[in-house]
Amino acid sequence: MSLRTPLSRVLWRGTAKNGTGHFWGQRVSGVALVLLGLWFAGSMTTISGSVHADALAFIGAPLNGVLLLLLSVTIAYHSHIGVQVVIEDYVHGHGLNMISLIVSRFAHSLLAVISVYAIFKIGLGA
Amino acid sequence: MSNNGRPLSPHLSIYRWPITMTMSILHRATGLALTVGFIVLTAWLFAVASGAEAYSVFTSYMDTVAGKIMLVGWSFTFFFHLSNGVRHFVWDFGRGFERPQANASAWFVLLLAIASTALFWWLRL
Repeated sequence: MSLRTPLSRVLWRGTAKNGTGHFWGQRVSGVALVLLGLWFAGSMTTISGSVHADALAFIGAPLNGVLLLLLSVTIAYHSHIGVQVVIEDYVHGHGLNMISLIVSRFAHSLLAVISVYAIFKIGLGA
Repeated sequence: MSNNGRPLSPHLSIYRWPITMTMSILHRATGLALTVGFIVLTAWLFAVASGAEAYSVFTSYMDTVAGKIMLVGWSFTFFFHLSNGVRHFVWDFGRGFERPQANASAWFVLLLAIASTALFWWLRL
């Protein structure tokens, strides 16, 4: 039985039942990034930054490609919801707040797509 | 803001600045810095995919003094955010909230981040 008034239900106010989703998303992606991030940092100690062929070979190796895909997409997600909290805290005014959130979402989507495209292009040797 | 001589509850400026406050702010600041780092990671992947010529343009930017300082900065922010993130996980399980524990873990995370950064560049160079 719901204790909410019919008016509140009609207006779609009240709990959306996903109040902790953000919290969990940040934690779970954080755990994944501890592992993926340490792998990436470790890998970056082994490859030379300046030689194109080395970078190509590293990203093109299947296991590295898969892990880099996971890394990029997980960073995009983790960063997106992190930046969202910062915007909600510091950017006041409804309009500017909403525009900032949309710009952040577009930017993170763009970065994720560029990364995924680049990794696939290198991995498939296209 | 009118006060009418009524007492105010103490705010940030009243307290001695504790290390835990610095860590809290740095966690957010390093998070934002890492978002910028993600742009550079993406640029790296895209430059590699674009071929040797485009890649040399990318590395020429990274090889400048400013580029190197930023790379060292990002490596530190990465290790800091990661270590302090684990500190937050411990809190999520309800442990380490006592003041001496929180202060000790703050210093531990800070030193660990500096040591990890040093180790990373020692291994890399």
